[in-house]
Amino acid sequence: MKNRSLKGAFGLATVTVLAFGAVSAMAETPPKKAELVVNEDTKLVTETTPKEGISNLEKAYDGWRFRSSETQAVQADDFDNPGMIFVDQALDQWNAVDGTEGKSCASCHGTPEESMKGVRASYPKWDDSMGKVATIEMEINNCRTNRMGAEAWKYTGGKMTAMNALITLQSRGMPVDVAIDGKAKPTWEHGKEMYYTRTGQLELSCASCHEQHYGDRIRAEILSQGQINGFPAYRLKNGKLNSIHARFKGCVRDTRAETYKPGSDDFVALELYVASRGNGLSVTGPSVRN
Amino acid sequence: MKRAMLGMAMIVAGSIAASAAEIAPEKVEFKDGAVEVSLTGVAGDPAAGRKVIGTKKLGNCVACHQITEMSDVPFHGEIGPSLDGVGSRYSEAELRGIIVDAKHTFEDTIMPSFYKTGPYIRPGKAFTGKAPDGPLPPLLTAQQVEDVVAYLMTQK
Repeated sequence: MKNRSLKGAFGLATVTVLAFGAVSAMAETPPKKAELVVNEDTKLVTETTPKEGISNLEKAYDGWRFRSSETQAVQADDFDNPGMIFVDQALDQWNAVDGTEGKSCASCHGTPEESMKGVRASYPKWDDSMGKVATIEMEINNCRTNRMGAEAWKYTGGKMTAMNALITLQSRGMPVDVAIDGKAKPTWEHGKEMYYTRTGQLELSCASCHEQHYGDRIRAEILSQGQINGFPAYRLKNGKLNSIHARFKGCVRDTRAETYKPGSDDFVALELYVASRGNGLSVTGPSVRN
Repeated sequence: MKRAMLGMAMIVAGSIAASAAEIAPEKVEFKDGAVEVSLTGVAGDPAAGRKVIGTKKLGNCVACHQITEMSDVPFHGEIGPSLDGVGSRYSEAELRGIIVDAKHTFEDTIMPSFYKTGPYIRPGKAFTGKAPDGPLPPLLTAQQVEDVVAYLMTQK
């Protein structure tokens, strides 16, 4: 059972179909039961019961649960996971001096294992110095431009996304726990409104597909819940790590809408809201998807 | 090709006032979700409709609907109900209404409106992600809607 209110949406159609003895098209395929254990030792939570008032989901499922067993297997071993190649590259970058101040990430933050544990689990997060909710990408560029005297990286670019993956990896296995109250609340509410707004010429909201129809096939693909706890995600489709905002952009574009810009206040708000829908799932990035 | 021909036909038709027969998206009249009058006055072509239903760049109806008669087209979705026997469940006018703008029949349906020009929230120029240059054409032409209806009416 998914959200009860969505029943109304297809209620009439469903009743009609049942009246003719056909099988209801409202397949509520539960994602296959499977346990995600990485490297045979790190057990990740791919299913949780969300707190009330955040979404209409009875259960939140990691996107891994909707993928084929072949794709699932690739993520379960870091030697097979191509996303890890980019993590290695980011570690070199972490230690490389860049910019006018003669600093690397390591100059202030030591090793990522020491300083970045838990960061990904709590982001996006209110940042007092910026006076707004910040993403990891925004913090990276804040460091680069204000502390290192280095060039800002492109928000969805390869270096940025790889560095995000290195930081994300330090929280793997920790539960996503973004704050939605306090100063972050108006941003979260804006993100929630965006999630349920039907945009573009196809008039689809995020919820149309990812809340009402997860587990169902759309053409050859199986819709997931659009959870973002696995990002950055290595996609077999494009052979690189993909950032959250790049994926959002692709999704909004596919509703035949004018997209928002990666790094914009709108997408930051949407990221905070979507992250909160997965509070309690493990951070699983860098993940593998098709 | 077909599109170009249709465009030419419309221009020619416009000049001899025969286009009065084609009902513009904003002029379509619904009655309980149904649209009684043909949008073009020209009988729909089931074979052309079948192509619209199964082609990604046209209607791509199979993205969400399964239809056994079209099993030569790969990967049918399961978002909406199966279209098997749909011509027995609905009248031609009801089907036309559902394809033109299904929200008149199923209030909260996520099915796109295929013969409508707005208003939309953040409309984009097709799948570019960019703002449109001007008014958006409907997703299907009037005749394509009639063709799809004609095909669906064969599914008894």
